[in-house]
Amino acid sequence: MAKTFRDGAIVAKRNLIKIKRVPELLVFTTLSPIMFILLFAYVFGSAINVPGVGYREFLIPGIFAQTVIFGATITGAGLAEDMQKGIIERFRSLPMSRSAVLVGRTGSDVLNNIIVIVVMSLTGLVVGWRIHTSVLEAVAGFLLLLLFAYAVSWIMAWVGLLVPSPEVVQQASFIVIFPLTFVANTFVPTNGFPGPLRAIANWNPVSSVTQAARDLFGNTSPLLPSPDDWSLQHPVVYTLIWIGILLAIFIPLAGRQYRRAASR
Amino acid sequence: MSDVIRAVGLVKTYGEIHALDGLDLAVPEGTVTALLGPNGAGKTTAVRILATVLDADDGFAEVAGIDVRKDPNAVRSRIGLSGQFAAVDEYLTGYENLDMVGQLYGLRRRPSRDRARELLDTFGLADAADRPVKTYSGGMRRRLDLAGALVAHPPVLFLDEPTTGLDPRSRTDLWEVINELVKAGSTLLLTTQYLEEADRLADDIVVIDHGKAIAQGTADQLKGRVGGERVEIVVAADADLAAARTLLQELAGGEVVVDEHTRRLTAPVSGGAGVLMEALRRLDALGIAVIDIALRRPTLEDVFLTLTGHSTDEDGALPGTGARTER
Ligand SMILES: Nc1ncnc2c1ncn2[C@@H]1O[C@H](COP(=O)(O)OP(=O)(O)OP(=O)(O)O)[C@@H](O)[C@H]1O
Ligand SMILES: [Mg+2]
Repeated sequence: MAKTFRDGAIVAKRNLIKIKRVPELLVFTTLSPIMFILLFAYVFGSAINVPGVGYREFLIPGIFAQTVIFGATITGAGLAEDMQKGIIERFRSLPMSRSAVLVGRTGSDVLNNIIVIVVMSLTGLVVGWRIHTSVLEAVAGFLLLLLFAYAVSWIMAWVGLLVPSPEVVQQASFIVIFPLTFVANTFVPTNGFPGPLRAIANWNPVSSVTQAARDLFGNTSPLLPSPDDWSLQHPVVYTLIWIGILLAIFIPLAGRQYRRAASR
Repeated sequence: MSDVIRAVGLVKTYGEIHALDGLDLAVPEGTVTALLGPNGAGKTTAVRILATVLDADDGFAEVAGIDVRKDPNAVRSRIGLSGQFAAVDEYLTGYENLDMVGQLYGLRRRPSRDRARELLDTFGLADAADRPVKTYSGGMRRRLDLAGALVAHPPVLFLDEPTTGLDPRSRTDLWEVINELVKAGSTLLLTTQYLEEADRLADDIVVIDHGKAIAQGTADQLKGRVGGERVEIVVAADADLAAARTLLQELAGGEVVVDEHTRRLTAPVSGGAGVLMEALRRLDALGIAVIDIALRRPTLEDVFLTLTGHSTDEDGALPGTGARTER
């Protein structure tokens, strides 16, 4: 266990050096959420009315959720690239912990997400978003977002090892993540969705993590009660359950796929 | 002397392709064995299985007395691998690459750093040490990859085509490094396309083809299997071919082979220089003009040709052999 962390940290450090050497990577991963915030805040925001809270207050936690989920694609793309370039071949011949490559990759992506969240928070503050709760609650909100992103990055790790190239990861995740983050309460309240779509949206974990963040940041209003569904009445618990399930499924799955893919 | 590397009946199939088809191999401690074989023979596959990177479908392999399948990590801490395609991280500098490998071998901070610098020196990369590998030439990457295999002073080394892509100077430098390692007691399995290299470095040569070992021995033993010396003559005029052939056949110990296109005649002989002189005298007497005449000992090239039925430089990327391209 200690060895897994030690080796994982060595691999994570290596991934972070890449961010240093290719700063464009970080620039674009942070620029796109900034763009999203501005587009939604000013283009859609002008037409959307959310009772009780300003649209921007409502919007920012949703964009947080969407962005950290997109951030997880870096995990998949990074692993796919490593497979393609053959560095994994070197790792396989070293007496390192079996899971270090995956632990290191998912670990360094948490740091990546932290940087992105900081940039987004600052942008949010500029356009008028505020946290109305205690520091403790705010920290809990950010932690929950990061934890959820961490779970998603294990899905992406599995995907990245399954497909032949990093480009495929990008494309594939686009197709999945877009509907996943739009059929939710991220950008508009779900009240107006047609029946079945509303049920899906309300039980979508992206909705619960967004709702949890809104609750914890105080971006809510009595005029806009959350839907009656249990998932949104208890968004923190519901999100934690999802995180547990995702980790329980995808850590072993990704681990198995790593051993398989590396020994091709 | 015990065998440090041992393989029995290794099998690996990719769909229809039998990459390895019951390969047996034994490398005694402190010696160098070269795997020789045409493209697609299964050399890389064998090395990857022995270095625990790949799982065999069947058979048994042991390195330093440890079963590669049962305890791969114990094997890994005793080996160094430099694969056919350089496995280095492009975004890291040369130094960072080696330091990372050192730490993953379990070296402490300080020794890992010192070792990285030392190896960068040995492989002539000191000047480029702190540049990202992205800016390295192919040969520089190759050398960095080789350095990676040596980081932990492993007692067993696997080098897959170590000198491919190196300039002549780097190649002789590497031979030097390898000689020193073996003198210090390392056991080495290398693959090569260069017969000269196998001749010069290896104590033992294993010729493999279609995933099986088809011959094994020292360079001299293998040459002996092809037979003795031969006289080679290239005549100036096509018209003289027939006469030269008759003349040579009288001196030859076997069939004279004629290549009409290059006007070259080859005859197996016994008797060395004396036969050569006699041939020259007779050619001169008949007034046959000769462009080239030589007494040749069999080279590994001949061995290779005789054993595998194809020459080393034959392109293996034919349909079906599917040699892998650069990643
Ligand atoms: N991952 C793979 N998938 C499918 N076939 C493979 C794979 N790896 C190797 N092969 C096949 O197995 C056979 C042996 O390949 P291998 O790489 O071991 O040959 P080699 O002797 O190293 O050749 P070369 O001299 O070209 O490096 C080849 O026919 C190759 O096409
Ligand atoms: Mg090969």
